[in-house]
Amino acid sequence: MNRLRWALADGATLTRRDLDHWARQPAQVVVGLLFPVMIVLMFGYLLGGGMTVPGAAGGSAYREFLIPGTLALTMVFGLEGTFQAIKTDVAKGVTDRFRSMPMASSAVVVGRSVADLLNAVVSLAVLVLCGLAIGWRWHSGLGAALAAFGLLLLLRFAMLWIGIYLGLVVRGEGALVAVQILVWPLGFLSNTFAAPSSMPGWLGAIAEWNPLSSTVSAARELFGNPGWGGDSWVAQHAILMAVVWPLLLVAIFFPLSVHRYRNLDR
Amino acid sequence: MEAVTAHALHRRFGQVSALAGVDLTVPAGSVHGLLGPNGAGKTTLVRILTTLLRPTSGTATVAGFDVRRDPDRVRASIGLVGQHAAVDEILSGRQNLEMFGRLHHLGGATARRLAVELLERFGLADTGSRAVSTYSGGMRRRLDLAASLITAPPVLFLDEPTTGLDPRSRGEVWDAVRTLVAGGTTVLLTTQYLEEVDRLADHVTVIDHGTVIASGTPSALKSRLGGDRIDLVVSSGDDLPAAAALLASLTGNTPDVDEDNRRVGVAVTDRMAALTATVRGLADAGIGVEDVTLRRPTLDEVFLHLTTDDTKLVTA
Repeated sequence: MNRLRWALADGATLTRRDLDHWARQPAQVVVGLLFPVMIVLMFGYLLGGGMTVPGAAGGSAYREFLIPGTLALTMVFGLEGTFQAIKTDVAKGVTDRFRSMPMASSAVVVGRSVADLLNAVVSLAVLVLCGLAIGWRWHSGLGAALAAFGLLLLLRFAMLWIGIYLGLVVRGEGALVAVQILVWPLGFLSNTFAAPSSMPGWLGAIAEWNPLSSTVSAARELFGNPGWGGDSWVAQHAILMAVVWPLLLVAIFFPLSVHRYRNLDR
Repeated sequence: MEAVTAHALHRRFGQVSALAGVDLTVPAGSVHGLLGPNGAGKTTLVRILTTLLRPTSGTATVAGFDVRRDPDRVRASIGLVGQHAAVDEILSGRQNLEMFGRLHHLGGATARRLAVELLERFGLADTGSRAVSTYSGGMRRRLDLAASLITAPPVLFLDEPTTGLDPRSRGEVWDAVRTLVAGGTTVLLTTQYLEEVDRLADHVTVIDHGTVIASGTPSALKSRLGGDRIDLVVSSGDDLPAAAALLASLTGNTPDVDEDNRRVGVAVTDRMAALTATVRGLADAGIGVEDVTLRRPTLDEVFLHLTTDDTKLVTA
């Protein structure tokens, strides 16, 4: 049990390291938290006027619809932060230092997970406050709303492992920019902002099967916010798939990351 | 007592053989220099000895523990300073040392106390609370070194610790290493600089293409490989054989002749006497020269000599 105790202590030390990062770079943290708020305001007020949402009327309907999508999108964009942190440590040799120390090898990912999930909770809180301020509400009770937040964090947890894996694998200076660009099509090729039924058939199918879409639909359902619906199996089973997709992604990227970490040959 | 041993170490990366059977013995309390050009296999060897990489075959021990069977005990016995200053740039110097101290399971209070001590010892006390991103290259290296010494490990690995540093920072790192060695730490140092092993090491192993090509004390290797050289450029290419013959008879060594540049060069032992004799000999023989230089050999020439030598292994 001594081993487990040290593993937890090491994980806590590395979580604390990230909290120290936040304390030393408050401006960066604030910008990171405000970015999704900006997306909400941009889409809600600049583009939202031209959007119609099924089953709901009025100017605030699109914003009701928008918040669950943006919450989930923020979880996906969190991948960038994880990727960047892991990649920087590998590039600077910090990962090698950790690996040459008698510490628990799980600590690196435990610390990363806890810190990133804390960050995700704060992001969700900020965005929820923003949503409440512009008229978004949850309508199906606190329990269902908490379940929605749970699914959102589960999605973030899956993104965490993709970020860790990419951070360990990808080399080169332009990599972060590439990831930052590529998360956009991943985010938009979904039901976040527009109905998959309005897209060309095959694109719509991809959008419906996008893991992000399942979480967005599930969150809309649990919050009691309007959604696109859809007749496909995946659209009909959004809550199930919002659990299955992230677990599947973790099941793929967790062992890949562990293998890669143990065999970091440069 | 041997601090580091390696026996028939091999490491392949796909088709490339980075280490092709390296044997190494480092007695406890000594400084061992590992010299070689880029891609020679120095870093691969250090990564195997510090448990970061598994050998394809062969055995190695550090502080008496097998790197394959007992990696945790090896890790508890070593410090590693890699090619990059492996510290967190966002945190301050003190926060870095405290974090690494905690990860060594020293407990918060001890980690804090040691951080302050190490900052003072490495001349970073005044800048300890500044973000590492504001540090100079030499300061980062010293912090890196401090982070490797939190547990006073008996064996310290320095992988090109001064690459990319200005001369002043290099001197600072050398001083820090000397202080450690005086305290009994065993140091295995890789470098591309002949001067660095000359300043620090008791024993040098030269590796190239993943094998040991020479081994000995720095002075023995230097007299074998590192003597001064006389280079001269003759005015007329026709005089080249005569100039080469003159240098050969004066020094007893075989000169290198570069016909395209009308250049001939040779290793010499007594620099001033050789220069005087050469200039006088050239004048007596009526050989016109455009340039005569007396210089230290470059590392390239040392490696060229070593790798083209018939008797590849030089033991001194």
